[in-house]
Amino acid sequence: MSYVAGSYDCIIVGAGHAGCEAALATARMGCRSVIFTLNMDNIALMPCNPSIGGPAKGNLVREIDALGGEMGRNIDETYIQMRMLNTGKGPAVYGLRAQADKFAYQRRMTAVLQRQENLEVKQALVERLLVNENREVQGIETETGAIYYAPLVILCTGTYLKGKIYIGNLSYSGGPNGQRAAEKLVDSLAELGLEMGRFKTDTPPRVDKRSLDYEEMLAQSGNDDQFFFSYLTEKGRGLNVPCYLTYTNEETHRIIRDNLYESSFYRGDLEGIGPRYCPAIEDKILRFPDKKRHQMFLEPEGLDTEEVYVQGMSTSLPENVQLEFLRTIAGMKRVKMMRTGYSIEYNYINPTQLQASLETKAIRGLFCAGQINGTSGYEEAAAQGLMAGINAALKFQQKEPLILKRSEAYIGVLIDDLVTKGTNEPYRMLTSRAEYRLLLRHDNADLRLTSKGWEVGLVTPERYARFRQKKELLENSLASLQKTRVSASTKNVSELLAAKESANLRQNTSLYDLLKRPEINYRDLVQYGLAEELPQEIGRAIDIHVKYEGYIKQQLAQVAKFNKLESKLLPQDLDYMELKGLSVEARQKLNKIKPVSVGQASRISGVSPADITALMIHLEKMRRSKPQVKAPEDIERENGYDE
Amino acid sequence: MQDETIAAISTAYGPAGVGIIRISGDEAATIADKVFKSKSGVKIKDQDTYRITYGYIYDQDGQLIDEALALTMRGPFSFTGEDVVELQCHGGIVVLQKVLALALKAGARLAEPGEFSKRAFLNGRLDLAQAEGIMEMINAKTETGVSVAASHLQGRLSEEIKACRQDLLELISFLEADLDFPEEDFERLSNEEILRRLTKVTEKIKNILQSFMKGRIIREGLKVALVGKPNVGKSSLLNTLLKTKRAIVTDIPGTTRDTIEEFYNLGGIPLLLIDTAGIRDSDDLVEKIGVQKTKEIVEQADLVLYIFDLIQGITPEDQAYLSKIPSEKVLILVNKIDLLTDGAETTLRNIRERLPQFRVLLISATEQLGIQELEEEIKNIFFTEGWEIKDKAYLTNIRHKTALEKAEQALASAQKTLQTGLPLDLMVIDLKTVLGFLGEITGETVDEEIIDQIFSQFCLGK
Repeated sequence: MSYVAGSYDCIIVGAGHAGCEAALATARMGCRSVIFTLNMDNIALMPCNPSIGGPAKGNLVREIDALGGEMGRNIDETYIQMRMLNTGKGPAVYGLRAQADKFAYQRRMTAVLQRQENLEVKQALVERLLVNENREVQGIETETGAIYYAPLVILCTGTYLKGKIYIGNLSYSGGPNGQRAAEKLVDSLAELGLEMGRFKTDTPPRVDKRSLDYEEMLAQSGNDDQFFFSYLTEKGRGLNVPCYLTYTNEETHRIIRDNLYESSFYRGDLEGIGPRYCPAIEDKILRFPDKKRHQMFLEPEGLDTEEVYVQGMSTSLPENVQLEFLRTIAGMKRVKMMRTGYSIEYNYINPTQLQASLETKAIRGLFCAGQINGTSGYEEAAAQGLMAGINAALKFQQKEPLILKRSEAYIGVLIDDLVTKGTNEPYRMLTSRAEYRLLLRHDNADLRLTSKGWEVGLVTPERYARFRQKKELLENSLASLQKTRVSASTKNVSELLAAKESANLRQNTSLYDLLKRPEINYRDLVQYGLAEELPQEIGRAIDIHVKYEGYIKQQLAQVAKFNKLESKLLPQDLDYMELKGLSVEARQKLNKIKPVSVGQASRISGVSPADITALMIHLEKMRRSKPQVKAPEDIERENGYDE
Repeated sequence: MQDETIAAISTAYGPAGVGIIRISGDEAATIADKVFKSKSGVKIKDQDTYRITYGYIYDQDGQLIDEALALTMRGPFSFTGEDVVELQCHGGIVVLQKVLALALKAGARLAEPGEFSKRAFLNGRLDLAQAEGIMEMINAKTETGVSVAASHLQGRLSEEIKACRQDLLELISFLEADLDFPEEDFERLSNEEILRRLTKVTEKIKNILQSFMKGRIIREGLKVALVGKPNVGKSSLLNTLLKTKRAIVTDIPGTTRDTIEEFYNLGGIPLLLIDTAGIRDSDDLVEKIGVQKTKEIVEQADLVLYIFDLIQGITPEDQAYLSKIPSEKVLILVNKIDLLTDGAETTLRNIRERLPQFRVLLISATEQLGIQELEEEIKNIFFTEGWEIKDKAYLTNIRHKTALEKAEQALASAQKTLQTGLPLDLMVIDLKTVLGFLGEITGETVDEEIIDQIFSQFCLGK
């Protein structure tokens, strides 16, 4: 029997990385919130790799932190190794990655959630969405018949929607780690008319550290330099637990090839589409038959466990085959498996059914975030959770949603890609997806986003004060570098130039211009007494600002162009089927997605630049033939569009 | 959105065996039926696509105007993508204008210049470069111009540009993979290999750019300035050239008040003859027109024909003037060789000795001596490799040229980035900029400025 169990401002379904951020955001923004988890012991579970960050993903975490999210602080307090990747390849593609202590990560996040004001954490299986005849969400009903009312519901169901596990020819309904799957909720979503698909993802086996011979592998430690994810973190944990690199060999490949028919995927039982960038080992061997070896990393899962994650060896082959091929690998001859690798297949909703606020177009008040939207990765999930939380809370406050542009944040790129293009494989963030990545750097996420987080009320006064201080210090330092002129005779200048094998100064020049030389860094100016000592991150920010100024300006000019198309708004009642110059595919896609702007329209797959040109010509014709139709600039002004 | 049905005479004005009226739009067949009556009694609106119907054109009083064939093409399988009827009449301009007037009375609107192409473009039948090719075809000055425009229409330029883009995309994908998957185990491109690929694309783009000079000549004509003191025979040469060929394509009014410009078709090569004879009342050319004017004419001209006569010979002013012009751009003509005056030989030797760096031809403008040699020389100077337009993509459009030049600059910047050891990521920014510029040509980049340009080119909404 159903009963009314409570009434809230906002309900969050699922307490993975998306759900945690969503719940914390709504609660911190003043909504009385409740979050449901299938298992109180599995909050913020990391069911796949024990790491956070990397190229692009690391930038997402920085952005989450800059907006006032939790992921950055949580990993900073629970990492066991920090490593900055891509340091030689340009400031925009620096990727900070942490090896996490999975269990510590969960424990801390669970505590933050349970202690958050305005937030209740409950263990329950949500089975039904309550929606009224006006297609407004009303609340949810749990398996035990408890009805919770709220005008806002955020679905963060991860891989649990009709989750199905595959190991060899064994398959059963369930979530990761022996958890239950959410079956009935899928039916409820289907009844509401949401279009869904199936994706799959693979995980590797976990092995016992004591059964590994690390001396036969290559150790990989973190960097000495201390970088962190949160702009608030000042001091590291002083931990640097290594990972180990080893390789498969031809014998490994032979065993896998001989047993391919045992894989559920190749037998055709599993229909879900997996990601191209993170394939199962059997996929890699089949697709790249010429490759003699594949690398793999052995990553510790935490400090208080002997479990080790075998990165690069995701598989759904039978358990005995997994063990057999692992034992062919250098350093793993006597390996003992603790958890078997598996594939998981699950439902996601086609994300083009969402608005850029992550609210569904079909049902008012219903938001979706994380893997349910077709993404993969903890960072991608958390970023969406945060934005869904912020926008749900803003909706509750009857305010306009916060939409980050592609030129402002990786989060903007992520969400725009999802709602505009959709995805035909689990979507992972890549630096190459961002057109303006030189602007979306790891070092400036706070400068880009903290004031936005402050405006919506998620950023604490402490964080805001630090941001203001950093901004001021940075601006003043840059101004001072521009003002301060030196020449060959200035004290220490010749010494500095000689030490750095830099050409001597022929005329006097500003320190700013001196810093443009690739071989001279701010740190060097300080060392030779030419500039003031500054916090390390500000010194680095100055270097990037000065050295890459030309490129940054180039990107800013591109952004200005991009924004022009973004601000050409499209009437939402436009019937694209009526537009003659467009291809049939373009008309159908445009009618389905109803893009907000010409810029968004241009990114819809199947809409060609020729279609866009034709679309703009039609708009222009409409504007000229009907003077009563407002120019896009006017619509923009009325909407208070913020340039 | 309902577009009006448009009609126009789509063959050239002038005497010809056949002339075509093209009608395009939803009402094309209905309008054709009002003008054209088939012999068999079948209506155009009931006719299948790609069918030819034989019949007659009558005016509203039932008066027979012409015997004609009607070719029916149903959208989207027509040039414009709309329903099209072409009425093939007899070629007289009077008849064609009458038929067109009838079509207009029957409900069609007179097509604007290039409007058929505009519709073809809007309906996705042509890409931007192709549509612009058609605009060029319409404006082409000579046969050769038409054939270059035709090669645009077939998409040759687009093809070459797309090949460059493809090369770049491949290179970028290698670099991006390295940035996004730093720990993955796959082969990285060496700096030498990156440089090799960059150079290859740069070469391709340079080649296309080099064709611009020729492309421009095809489109605008080879600018030939006739320069020399008064009475050396500039005007007679101009008249002789024009008379002997009788092939003036168009009269272009002088772009400056002081010069006369005439079009002249030299074996398919359009020449724009700029006669500085328009600069009157001067016995000292160099002084009167001033340094600025000299510079202007010389800079604009592809070729300077500097004319002497055997009577006046060479003066220090001539020498001073010529010293300012790059010698390869100049052809010295010694006129009036028919007048065997005393001392002619000395004068000629004098000219040759004082101007050793220049090529010298002897002509008589009035007696038409040496004119053929002059024409051959002009062809040789500019088109040594032959004047064939077959498989080459010629760049004729200034917008394309600008985009390619910017692409070339960005490529150079990418090379510099690589060579100065700046991070790969920054080079990718340059390469993406190059992609953007190349896309502007084929319309694979959406850029508001391009769109504005299209609006102006297609006279939209006027």
